[in-house]
Amino acid sequence: MHKEGYFGQYGGIFIPEILYPAFQNLIEEYHKIKEDESFWNEFLHILQNFSGRPTPLTYASKLTEHFGKAKIYIKREDLNHSGAHKINNVIGQGLLTKRMGKTRVIAETGAGQHGVATAIMAAKMGLKATIYMGAVDVERQYPNVFWMKQLGAEVVAVESGQATLKDAINEAMRDWVSSFEDTHYALGTACGAYPFPEMVTYFQSVIGKEVKQQILTAEGRLPSRIYACVGGGSNAMGVFHEFLPSTEVELVGVEAGGKGEESGQHAARIAFKQAKVGVAQGYKTLFLQDHEGQMQETHSIAAGLDYVGVSPILADLHEQNRVRFEAALDHEVIEAVKLIIKQEGIIPAFESSHAFARAFAEIPNTSKDDIVVINLSGRGDKDIFNIAEGLQDDEWKTFIARRHQQYQAR
Amino acid sequence: MTNGRLLSQEDISNIKLADLIESKKSTKRIQIMTHQILGYPDFETNYEMIKLFAKYGVDYVELQIPFSEPIADGPVFLKANQDALKNGVTVEQCFAFAEKVAAEFNIPFLFMTYYNILYAQGVEAFVKRSKEIGIKGLIVPDAYPEGSAEYFEACQKHGVDAIVLTTPYTTPERMEYLNSLASGFVYCVARKGVTGSKTKFDDATTEYIANCRASLDVPIGVGFGIQEREDIDYLAGKSDIAIVGSELLKVLERDGLAGVERLLAELTEEK
Repeated sequence: MHKEGYFGQYGGIFIPEILYPAFQNLIEEYHKIKEDESFWNEFLHILQNFSGRPTPLTYASKLTEHFGKAKIYIKREDLNHSGAHKINNVIGQGLLTKRMGKTRVIAETGAGQHGVATAIMAAKMGLKATIYMGAVDVERQYPNVFWMKQLGAEVVAVESGQATLKDAINEAMRDWVSSFEDTHYALGTACGAYPFPEMVTYFQSVIGKEVKQQILTAEGRLPSRIYACVGGGSNAMGVFHEFLPSTEVELVGVEAGGKGEESGQHAARIAFKQAKVGVAQGYKTLFLQDHEGQMQETHSIAAGLDYVGVSPILADLHEQNRVRFEAALDHEVIEAVKLIIKQEGIIPAFESSHAFARAFAEIPNTSKDDIVVINLSGRGDKDIFNIAEGLQDDEWKTFIARRHQQYQAR
Repeated sequence: MTNGRLLSQEDISNIKLADLIESKKSTKRIQIMTHQILGYPDFETNYEMIKLFAKYGVDYVELQIPFSEPIADGPVFLKANQDALKNGVTVEQCFAFAEKVAAEFNIPFLFMTYYNILYAQGVEAFVKRSKEIGIKGLIVPDAYPEGSAEYFEACQKHGVDAIVLTTPYTTPERMEYLNSLASGFVYCVARKGVTGSKTKFDDATTEYIANCRASLDVPIGVGFGIQEREDIDYLAGKSDIAIVGSELLKVLERDGLAGVERLLAELTEEK
């Protein structure tokens, strides 16, 4: 029992005693559903009929031509209902919530995608939902807040700490210690105390399973390399998991380099080698922290990557040299967004565009025989305000000013 | 005040926490543990508070080292943790302050903090230093017993009590397991939820405390939501220690040190 839930030296359970029954119950149910084929089938059935799975693996012909090197394929998690991979995990945890006989779900959200997905699931499955979101992120991602509320979820803006993702997680934990008897905490990423890292990976692994089948159909062989952005790590674990035994496939996790390695304004825990092993938010992993163990401020243009810790599974896979970690800077991400939109007619989320930015930087070193898969974890519609700002689009600014005047006139 | 005189006669530094609690049982119907978040609102106020604790015969004091992610704390302590850090309070300053008050006051002090604060300087190094400066015990709410062997071993090795927690949801089997790890006393959390809101003490609580008492081989303290004299009276005869935390800070913020003194007088008055 003692080493259950560890991935190398990372993971584990570090929770207040009051949550003991909640975790015991969850671990037990998780083991049950893993053995139960009918659960996975029901899960897939909902994803197929509600969220449009399998999502396509799009051959990016123009980007491929543009770089003239490796063939580029894009896994289209942006085409999920709700616009991101987050729905996969949420449907799984929603079914689990029902099995446990609970009537309410709570969730944290950074970019708002997990919040929206949770609110959608709750509406569909007839559950009550409360979503915790850092006040800073509420401002950054208001369109998602609007939808969560329309979907009937309560949205709590968290003012404490840095008012971003980690603070939303703390606040959800504080809710859960009072509410666990009727409430499930649908954690959105492959982090937190066991079984969350493994369970979220389990639900998200549907991404990699599809990619494997799709690339074998299209190319008859596995890709040379797969890129995914890493905030907490759920989309990366989702696309990587199926390929872990296939060591000929290089796996690359791309973190938020923010304003650069020396800036102190980034969330590149592993790539910039600035994180240290620590224990917080219920688990042991690499955290960006000061020498006394206080968590440091993080920054990213993408709210969903702006997180102080990282999946313990990814921390371990990095240590085993199975996953390579890199970072993409804010300005590189904006350039990548422009290129993807113009070349492929796809509007990517800032989060996912980190994976593209790094892939684009490394493509010159590939050959025409290589196949590169990039996981497009979410669409960029939600980022319209931020992308417009990043692009310094004057027409958009004028439009917003005009709208503002209209509202004021009423 | 009898207690203050009693304690001033003997040096507590070599007495084990559990023995001290046992020895006081004959003279006090209930012992009291209070709490301070170090560096909040500032160390000077912490010092004045501890002077008041000594004056009113408070038996034990928890010194909480602020952490940026205090998941077990409710709004009052959460804000205090964050404001202390914003004001630049460091773990080093907390150790220096604790060393000073442990030497000056004849009250057993415990550190309360979160696991990462220990982890950052090395769990054993933290425990060893705590012992060296006169800290009697540690309360680390996220040191989940199954995953924190390093912590429990270090505490045992260096003679610092690792205070384990029970809750009303603790099963009989788990109670037995926690009892096997317990030293000093066991912190019986009175209810679910975070620190700082009122606990309704009812028959279920009475049964829970009696169950803790019967299952555990060390003394017990009951905490979470203890706010007034009535709560202390309820716990007298049921628990060895009543733990008062957030309420003191709320009163300090609302009514200042004078308010705290009034509350302490009311809580510790011998009836």
